[in-house]
Amino acid sequence: MLLFLGAFLITQNFHNQYYYLAAFTVLQYIILSQGWNILGGYTGYVNFGTGAFFGVGAYTSAMIVKTFKIGKSAPFLELPILFIAGGLVAALLGLGLGYLTMRIKGIYFSISTLALAFVTVTIILNIDALGGATGLYIIRPRKIPFFTNYMEFLFLVMVALSIFAVAFARYIENSWIGRGLSAVRDDEDAAECTGVPVLKLKVFATMASSTLMGVAGAAYPYFVTFLEPISTVSLDVGVNSLAMPLIGGTSTWAGPLVGAVLLGIIQQIALVTLSPEYSLLVIGILLVSFVILAPEGIVGLFRKFRASLKK
Amino acid sequence: MSQPLLEVQQVFKNFGGFAALSGVNIYVNPGERLGLIGPNGSGKTTMINCISGLLTPEKGKIIFEGNDITQMTPHHRARAGIMRTFQIPKPFNSMTVVENLCIPLEYAAEHKTSLSVAEEEARKILTLIGIEALGDLKPTGLTQVDMRKMELARSLAGRPKLLILDEVMAGLSGSEVDEILEILFKLNEQGITIIMIEHVMRAVLGFSKRISVLNTGLNIAEGTPDEILNNPEVEKVYLGE
Repeated sequence: MLLFLGAFLITQNFHNQYYYLAAFTVLQYIILSQGWNILGGYTGYVNFGTGAFFGVGAYTSAMIVKTFKIGKSAPFLELPILFIAGGLVAALLGLGLGYLTMRIKGIYFSISTLALAFVTVTIILNIDALGGATGLYIIRPRKIPFFTNYMEFLFLVMVALSIFAVAFARYIENSWIGRGLSAVRDDEDAAECTGVPVLKLKVFATMASSTLMGVAGAAYPYFVTFLEPISTVSLDVGVNSLAMPLIGGTSTWAGPLVGAVLLGIIQQIALVTLSPEYSLLVIGILLVSFVILAPEGIVGLFRKFRASLKK
Repeated sequence: MSQPLLEVQQVFKNFGGFAALSGVNIYVNPGERLGLIGPNGSGKTTMINCISGLLTPEKGKIIFEGNDITQMTPHHRARAGIMRTFQIPKPFNSMTVVENLCIPLEYAAEHKTSLSVAEEEARKILTLIGIEALGDLKPTGLTQVDMRKMELARSLAGRPKLLILDEVMAGLSGSEVDEILEILFKLNEQGITIIMIEHVMRAVLGFSKRISVLNTGLNIAEGTPDEILNNPEVEKVYLGE
């Protein structure tokens, strides 16, 4: 709540647009990596296809903007509708993925999520109504009450969504659901035989995960204002949303948060000072070094550090 | 005569061309201690997997408390009161021993408990098994013996009516076997029906009221421990002719 109020005050007094753009990307990755972590971290199913869910959310949202044009008449109502719609469609895709977890595990599951991303790109490329390879232009509402600029409003909404995503992940982690998901991750047979409804929990995890991804995607069209399949349903999105929780630490909600903020900021700096290629390279190098040197992520390192202080 | 707690009727299970179970019948009465023995590959573990629901038999029926549970999912069977241990322990490695026990306490035990109550219960069960000192360790740090005790404790946490033990004694020393046996007798007195699969003959002969012998997926003998010991068929299977 305080965070949100703080963010609101910033939008009222601070108007350098670049920082809003950079912050949007970081916030977007907080939502994506929390979403990824519910399935990848808590449940142990590594998803490379975040781009597909993100993209499906983005395209759903863009089509609603284009078809219904509610942005002008009801600008405050429009975004929630977009989020719900984007989340729902992504959740449906997640339901499909959930049933996939019934049949395949481990690396085979991961490869099929990769395939899902490629299939999604191909489908969008070949549907003219979705803009095909040419892409879609989305025009932001020019004016929005209380804000000098639509981007500032969008930033504030993303702050709220990120807070929600973190709170949601934290709630799951600390509830019986989270403990059941850990049991599923550790051993599915033992989980079943101790009364855990494995399939139900896996479907829940994939759907919750993909809903968050879809919601993050739903905000994207108004951010970029031009939607194009290859950069939207991109592997970069998938790799980033996987690298951030892994580097931050997958066992707890703080991991993806730390990872997304840290890597998001580093990437933005690299993007401006070096080049887009370098910003991806940074992620790559960090990911490899963390997987080898600190598999429990930054949060794990921090815990070890605190434990050693106590001794 | 009272109805058996569990009845396995003419169960068949194949793995590809290999017939693991070819029409096995087993029953266990409420409060009974049943031993299930047989040479390696005789189908004991397959039988347990069919009872706990990890495998579904091709033919035959499994009846628990008068209900046909052949098609029921394993987690529903666990909630109904069938708990098992695994021959190769399957601990939840990311959790502490206490947290391991909290999973069945929260998911399988009849009353949905809060976490703090579950943790308290878990520690009580650990004390019963005699590994209360290990509560806050991760399973990866446990010895094989403690791991087996943890498996036993975890299956007790599900408040079983029927407890199936798949070689919990393997690798235990003589005094440890006695220790576990004592616990199992106590549990049995409290009304838990137990099926014990075991290669440690001293344990299974001393513990069971009745023993069922499997060989190549078939029932070959059944009776009291004494009858089994003197059964020529069983002797042939174990020692050859």
